Amino acid sequence: MKRFAALVAAIDETTRTSEKVEAMVAYFKDAQPADAAWAVHFLSGERPKRLIPVRRLAGWATEASDVPEWLFEQCYEAVGDLAETISLLLPEPATPEERALHVWIEEYLLPLGEMEEHEQRAAILAAWRSLAGFERFVWNKLITGGFRVGVSQPLVIRALSRVSGLSEGVIAHRLTGNWAPHADSWTTLVAEQTADTDVSRPYPFYLAYALEEELETLGEPQEWQVEWKWDGIRAQLVRRADRCYLWSRGEELVTERFPEIATAARLLPDGTVIDGEIMPWKEGKPLAFSQLQRRIGRKALGTKILEEVPVVLIAYDLLEIAGEDVRERPLAWRRARLAELLATPGVSRTLMLSPAVAAAAWDAVRAAWRRAREECAEGLMLKRLDASYGVGRRRGGWWKWKVQPYAVDAVMIYAQAGHGRRASLNTDYTFAVWDGGTLVPFAKAYSGLTDAEIRELDAWIRRNTVEKFGPVRSVKPEQVFELAFEGIQPSPRHKSGVAVRFPRIARWRTDKKPEDADTLETLRTLLHAADTEGDSRE
Amino acid sequence: MFDREEAYISWVLLNVTDRGLHCEAGDFYIDPWLPVPRAVITHAHGDHARWGCDSYLGAREGERVMRTRLGAGATIRFVDYGEAIDQQGVRISLHPAGHILGSAQVRVEYQGEVWVVSGDYKTEPDATCTPFELVRCHTFITESTFGLPIYRWTPEAIALDELRAWWRANADAGRTSVLFAYSLGKAQRVLAGLRDAAIGPIYTHGAIERLNRDYRDSGVAIADTIYAGTMPRGHDYAGGLVLAPPSAGGSLWLRRFGAISTGFASGWMRIRGARRRRSIDRGFVLSDHADWPSLLATIDATGAERVWVTHGYREPVVRWLVEHGVEAEAVASRWEGEGEAELQDLGVAGEEIVA
Ligand SMILES: [Zn+2]
Ligand SMILES: [Zn+2]
Repeated sequence: MKRFAALVAAIDETTRTSEKVEAMVAYFKDAQPADAAWAVHFLSGERPKRLIPVRRLAGWATEASDVPEWLFEQCYEAVGDLAETISLLLPEPATPEERALHVWIEEYLLPLGEMEEHEQRAAILAAWRSLAGFERFVWNKLITGGFRVGVSQPLVIRALSRVSGLSEGVIAHRLTGNWAPHADSWTTLVAEQTADTDVSRPYPFYLAYALEEELETLGEPQEWQVEWKWDGIRAQLVRRADRCYLWSRGEELVTERFPEIATAARLLPDGTVIDGEIMPWKEGKPLAFSQLQRRIGRKALGTKILEEVPVVLIAYDLLEIAGEDVRERPLAWRRARLAELLATPGVSRTLMLSPAVAAAAWDAVRAAWRRAREECAEGLMLKRLDASYGVGRRRGGWWKWKVQPYAVDAVMIYAQAGHGRRASLNTDYTFAVWDGGTLVPFAKAYSGLTDAEIRELDAWIRRNTVEKFGPVRSVKPEQVFELAFEGIQPSPRHKSGVAVRFPRIARWRTDKKPEDADTLETLRTLLHAADTEGDSRE
Repeated sequence: MFDREEAYISWVLLNVTDRGLHCEAGDFYIDPWLPVPRAVITHAHGDHARWGCDSYLGAREGERVMRTRLGAGATIRFVDYGEAIDQQGVRISLHPAGHILGSAQVRVEYQGEVWVVSGDYKTEPDATCTPFELVRCHTFITESTFGLPIYRWTPEAIALDELRAWWRANADAGRTSVLFAYSLGKAQRVLAGLRDAAIGPIYTHGAIERLNRDYRDSGVAIADTIYAGTMPRGHDYAGGLVLAPPSAGGSLWLRRFGAISTGFASGWMRIRGARRRRSIDRGFVLSDHADWPSLLATIDATGAERVWVTHGYREPVVRWLVEHGVEAEAVASRWEGEGEAELQDLGVAGEEIVA
């Protein structure tokens, strides 16, 4: 645990990616395989789910550090992070004990979920007594489910590549799918040759950056393939060893959820991997995303829902053919092979080649972009015809160009302290629109303001807090913000009756008064428009 | 006959006015925040020693830094620690506070009633100033900059070891180490601790170099330093340590040092978020103030019947004391802890104050 905590500290203490990679390489070089496996797991952003309610933990910590409850609260407010508050308040252990990371996880952390409250208490207090300083902080982060390390997956892959001498592509591929943190998985991960027995394993998805420059900066339109950016579920279809596997981008196996796709995939030859988008599609036209969500929400897939919301896989790319990894080949080549494959009789109704948008001139592309919402698309994708299929988010080969999101003016009514770097600032806000004379909350947003704006707003919030419940403050309904979001759908679970997708703050409208904010009616109109976009295609 | 006024004065020997903490019986102020005729100064930090008073009283140990801070024209009388002077029947003496060079607690005695104003203080001894001396009193006016139990210091030696290791690692990687430290007190404490760390040259920002000279002239042994302003353009600083005030963070001034790693020596660095918000690579927990356990221990040891609490975390300290049977009260002041006042004092970020 000491070494892992030191690694976390080293990553925490630098903003230079080279140093983060260096620290990981140093760690992995001589970590025990079982520890290394857990470290890969956590560094990749996986975290154990919260095993103990935070309140309970705070109670035990208050007791163990011998401070009154009000003082614990004061300390928490100053620190802004529960795990850290606890580790700062507890007395330093008289006899710290060193145990390996995997021992802490497998023998101490995971069993907590099965324990009764009094057993948990005893186990946690014992752990606190044997962990010192930063290790105690890391442990607290792990048990509260709040463990986050400042490295991205590509950096972890880079470090693993350096440790193993394997290419980043091979590491990334070996890490996708059902990678489990065991000593054996670590050994296989860095082994020079492995009989890659996991036939289900997908490739890492290639992700696009948002286009921010003018189209003209991309060169000639003839060098690019333009496609619709569909608003469905990005997925990878793996057909190997006479079986098919459908993976979502979250690397969840979703084959069972989409039997239509699995059925069609059986017609493909073995050793085929296709990247595409799962889309609700009926009578030759896409349906709105909310329809797909209706289907995802079901526990069992009845014939009714299968009939109402059939799905297709819109095939974007071909990653493997005849068992060969073809990601390094140019897109033009891959797409030609993909088109041939999908021409197999009976396939193309469910596995559709993603249509190319005519792009003879950039103006035509602009015109298509303006039409995107009518096509039930979120915008356009631009892909270089000579580009290989990358790993993760990379600049240059692919760009996404989304249509303007929806926007409304809303009033901030609640604020809450953020996490990590912004722990002592109020950075999480709840927004409301008018419904008659009352403000109805409809969205939470965390991002979109500059650091300076956040500080200014934080000071305002502190001066204008009406009430506090735990970390949440209700504030005077005075500040108006333009909120942008990507989609809208009905939601019985929300007071407002609508749920918006990916809300963010577009602008702080200091020029507007709260009474100028939008109404629930505006949201309903947007909702209706979103619905008919889908309906009109039925 | 019962003299109402006398009774009042002996009950509150000092009281807070809009100009600062005032002693009516002796007609003087302690660390006033507005100009007054007679000011007793605990130490030279900007929030405690302000310009514009007609006369000042301070501890002799801090003579040089106080002159630098208050200007050559200021009328200052310096006394030794423990030396008593009489001001209209009020006995005033200064006692070491262990905070920075020349820092003092002010002991005020009138008709048998003793009040002590702590100013800023630290009980852990260090090499740059006379260690804190406990003074028994009836009323103790204490600071509370780090008045929460999350603030507990480790010994100074640990922070200094970490600092050396960080500097060494940066030097090995061909980088310059830039350490932010308050220019009066903290910087010199670091320099005293690095006297025999032969890792590389130590460069300083002008604001710090000026005070280094005062410390050396006062007989405090600190490491040799080079004023960065005297180095030729294009000088290679790799492997060196640059000491700069926190206000130089993110400034153009830092550009000349090439590839840098940044550190900050401060009690605030005990909290991870405090470091991350400033985008500092490394935090070194090194404070010139008392931590929670030593605040409470000191308050207890003074034997004071009444405690007034100033600075940062007044409310929690007061509540804790009251819950433990001590008569305590929060007192508003314009004094600050390890922080903002020091920054304001330095003027424009990165501007060089030539020695
Ligand atoms: Zn001070
Ligand atoms: Zn102060």
